[in-house]
Amino acid sequence: MLLILKDELLKTYKKWRTYIGFIAIAVFVPAVQLALKFEGGGMVNRMTRGLQDDFFLVGNFFNGYFITQFLLNSMWVHMPFLISLVAGDQLAGEATGGTFRLLLIRPASRSRILLNKYVTTLFYSFTLVAFLALVSLGLGLALFGSGPLLIPGRTITIIPVEQVFWRMSLAFGFAIVCMWCVASLAFLFSSLVENAIGPIVGTMAVVIIFLLLSNMPVDFFKAIKPYLFTSYLNVWQKMLEEPIPWQTIRNDLLIIGGHCVGFYIVTWYIFVKKDILS
Amino acid sequence: MSSDVILRTERLGKRFRRRWAVRALNLEVPRGEVFGFLGPNGAGKSTTIRMLLSLVKPSEGRIELFGKELYSHRKDVLSRVGGLVESADFYQYLTARKNLDMIASLGGGLTRRAIDEVLNLVGLFPRAEDKVKTYSHGMKQRLGIAQALLGNPELIILDEPTTGLDPQGIKEVRELIRRLSKERAITVFLSSHLLSEIEQTATSMAIINMGELVVQGKVGALLNTGENVVKIDARPLEEARLLISKQQYVKGIKQINNTLEVNMPLDHAGELNTMLVRAGLEVYSLIPRRSLEDYFLSITDGSTDIR
Ligand SMILES: Nc1ncnc2c1ncn2[C@@H]1O[C@H](COP(=O)(O)OP(=O)(O)OP(=O)(O)O)[C@@H](O)[C@H]1O
Ligand SMILES: [Mg+2]
Repeated sequence: MLLILKDELLKTYKKWRTYIGFIAIAVFVPAVQLALKFEGGGMVNRMTRGLQDDFFLVGNFFNGYFITQFLLNSMWVHMPFLISLVAGDQLAGEATGGTFRLLLIRPASRSRILLNKYVTTLFYSFTLVAFLALVSLGLGLALFGSGPLLIPGRTITIIPVEQVFWRMSLAFGFAIVCMWCVASLAFLFSSLVENAIGPIVGTMAVVIIFLLLSNMPVDFFKAIKPYLFTSYLNVWQKMLEEPIPWQTIRNDLLIIGGHCVGFYIVTWYIFVKKDILS
Repeated sequence: MSSDVILRTERLGKRFRRRWAVRALNLEVPRGEVFGFLGPNGAGKSTTIRMLLSLVKPSEGRIELFGKELYSHRKDVLSRVGGLVESADFYQYLTARKNLDMIASLGGGLTRRAIDEVLNLVGLFPRAEDKVKTYSHGMKQRLGIAQALLGNPELIILDEPTTGLDPQGIKEVRELIRRLSKERAITVFLSSHLLSEIEQTATSMAIINMGELVVQGKVGALLNTGENVVKIDARPLEEARLLISKQQYVKGIKQINNTLEVNMPLDHAGELNTMLVRAGLEVYSLIPRRSLEDYFLSITDGSTDIR
């Protein structure tokens, strides 16, 4: 079992496409952070203009946590793409390469091979989000220092400095679970076709269409919103609300986890019955 | 007797939508043989092999390997079988050794020495640490055979292992197959669309056409005895016909246009020729034809693969 997992990990991490996501993050995140550094505190000033008229804000609000939070928000549609790039290739890539003909004539069962591929996919998603956390938080704190986190919105929330780190870490943890859900969907699509393009486009189409639908100010779409898994993908943001809505977070995570399991079961059902004709 | 049959299919069939790619196929492969599975393009060879290796689920019928039903004993059965289906494709971005290593892991793993051994068998040991993307077609094909030999299988199933190889490569593969069969007592199931190839390597054979079994048996028995025909063009034709019909070994004689088709054992062909020449006849041509060969040529030449 471990031998197979080791090999699946090796196959994935020896592929060039696996590093596209890491490279994208390694280029994009520092670029934005450096730009903000040069621009100075202009952004935070604009966001808090109304507030500054009435209050006198003390402390460094233009800090590493603030930047990270800002980056996370703006990258939220790009991450599913980077995830599906690898997750969507996991099964379809073997079909394209003709290598299913090597794997599936061996004693190891299809269920076992599938499970190892799935674990590999989850591991990749974990490493990519962890890398995002590391680069954005690490560089952010180095460039801008620490401080309380100010979250602009209808009402402004300020998270005290001693709470920011663990809240932010948990937020990243939840973000990983959200990306597992996206990865599971891409993995499912990957079992249906013989080329990775389909799963990547399919996953992005589902994520974007669902997000658009659930943000439409139309009553009908509001009614179906709870049934779209994408409505729960912002659970990580709830770690930065005041007070923390633990009840909602728990429910959201259960729903997302349930979707992961559901997607996997469907994939398994398709994969063990599938005729390998590639 | 049944313990001597290493592979058996009973009424095996596969349907793709409406079309049957393989139908009601009964095969029996005796242990220790090199079994040639012969058929023209589209006959259903690869589909059959995919079913034998559990890649494709049969629509009907059953497959027995080592006397056990394949799908209920999949793990046990497949750990004793090696296979190469269609072209030899590998993980291009990994070395040959790593590829073999991974394949071996799916059966529980093998030592470095065991992998060296199969690499040596196919002559790829010196290139073992090169990525497969640097390999030529012939080298990949040999690596394909190497992976089929991992874990000392009792049976190897090879789908057209010589396609795309040059004459030297074809010769090497043939010799390797003979050696595996002789020295290691491995049963080889080998598909091909060339009768000559089967004739040179196989000891038993089956012919499949349009998804159905045509004939199966020992190569010698099928090709060199039985209903064989010598086509003779000699003048004067009537005199030749009379002389030939008097020979004891002649079983029948037919005239088609200006040639005679004589039904007789092929080993008397020379003798017949001498006899005609001595009698003062002019022999323009004398062509011994094995009826199976004739038959196979008739199904391969033409568009039999389009249904
Ligand atoms: N994926 C598929 N979908 C539909 N029909 C198929 C599929 N694969 C094969 N067939 C059909 O099944 C029949 C047998 O094909 P198969 O590949 O087994 O032939 P083959 O004997 O291996 O031929 P070749 O010598 O060309 O390799 C053909 O009529 C083919 O059209
Ligand atoms: Mg074929």
